[in-house]
Amino acid sequence: MTAARKSRVSGNWRTVYGGPLLIGALSIAGLLSALLYEGPGRYFSWLALGAPVALTVWFFARRKRI
Amino acid sequence: MAIGAARRRACRTSGRGGRREVALKAKTVRIWSVVHTWSSLISTLFLLLLCVTGLPLIFHHEIDELLGYDPKPELAQPGAVKRSIDEIARTALAHDPGRVLQYILWDKDEPNTVIAFTNNKVDGDPDAATLRAYDAHTAKPLGSVGGGPMLIFLKLHVDMFAGQPGKLFLGAMGFLFLIAIVSGVVLYWPFTRRLSFGTLRDKSRRIAWFDWHNLLGAITIAWALVVGATGVINTLAEVMLNQWKATELADMVKPYAGKPPPVHLASLDATLEKARNAAPGMNVSFVAFPGTPFTSSHHFAVFMRGDTPLTSRLLKPVLLDGETGEVSDARDLPVYLKALLVSQPLHFGDYGGMPLKIIWALLDVMTIVVIGSGLYLWVVKRRKHHSHALAGQVSLQPSR
Repeated sequence: MTAARKSRVSGNWRTVYGGPLLIGALSIAGLLSALLYEGPGRYFSWLALGAPVALTVWFFARRKRI
Repeated sequence: MAIGAARRRACRTSGRGGRREVALKAKTVRIWSVVHTWSSLISTLFLLLLCVTGLPLIFHHEIDELLGYDPKPELAQPGAVKRSIDEIARTALAHDPGRVLQYILWDKDEPNTVIAFTNNKVDGDPDAATLRAYDAHTAKPLGSVGGGPMLIFLKLHVDMFAGQPGKLFLGAMGFLFLIAIVSGVVLYWPFTRRLSFGTLRDKSRRIAWFDWHNLLGAITIAWALVVGATGVINTLAEVMLNQWKATELADMVKPYAGKPPPVHLASLDATLEKARNAAPGMNVSFVAFPGTPFTSSHHFAVFMRGDTPLTSRLLKPVLLDGETGEVSDARDLPVYLKALLVSQPLHFGDYGGMPLKIIWALLDVMTIVVIGSGLYLWVVKRRKHHSHALAGQVSLQPSR
């Protein structure tokens, strides 16, 4: 069993919570940016809050049929 | 830190200690599982109601506009002068004889419209208030504001037609939602640690929904926490307003103790002018007439707003004597009311244009799927528990 495979099986906080944490931080940044900075903050908020939606579509598109 | 050190020590001890640690972990998972299940189950129906009614409410403004409940002012002639507010107030009272004015409001995005609230008493039931729009340049009535089907959605969303108790009840359901989210984060570890982020399997219907529940729950978590928490804060609006009236406002109107309420009200135009001078660089958001819930029985309260997305929410009240229109006091709102005002856009999603509203709606639909799949998973688990018939199914157990 390779090291990479082993860490995947046992799991550590980064593999489990890393993704959601990153998306969460991005969402919060997006929620605040539109409130604090009118023009560019608005555009950033669309990208930052659109990210979870886009990522979901991506995960759906590349799901394994098993 | 202390927990980490204890765990490292536990790992170094004998097998019996390790087993005890595993048993302890299993017990912890079970407790969080019970918290997650019941905080969600109790609130499920109401959360679905909130998510479903909230969906059209995101587009409240656009739908009202479409259905004709958002009257528009006539195109002003170049160089046209705005009518006096006193004249518009008289028009509004003539329009609804026997009623009194509660508030006059200026929409930030619609400077050529003046909205007048009338009611049967200054402190009358908010549901009995009538909102009418008037053209700022001609004082012509433009129609009533905010009625129609969206009002039904709004009432269902805010208090289920059950007044303040209904509102506080929905606040409690929102609090359970927050508990469900936090316990969901804790359970995410034992249930998904062997899976990579974004795993979607279609081995069986149950596993498919289990994966969707985990993915959508994890990916919407920050948004759901913010919208949930700001919603709960909003249910406490009356409580906070009463607190402000009992403390800060009471202190500001102390010199008026024992005086009778004003008989002849000061000119609105003069009063608003003095309020603008007391808060330079700010515009009037709304004026509350003496005796209404937003002020004392002696004062006009003119709530001023700034012009950035943030400062336009942070209102500053200026209190003016109801008879003379002179400024009696102007203080910033306390932190809890500022928190309430800032939490409102974060709940409504109406501060970043149409793209943000659409994203808000998609995240809302994703939350509906999380709630629905959670309920489905609970039903299936329960059925399985009763029948023991699904032998050979991959079980959705936490992995050690």
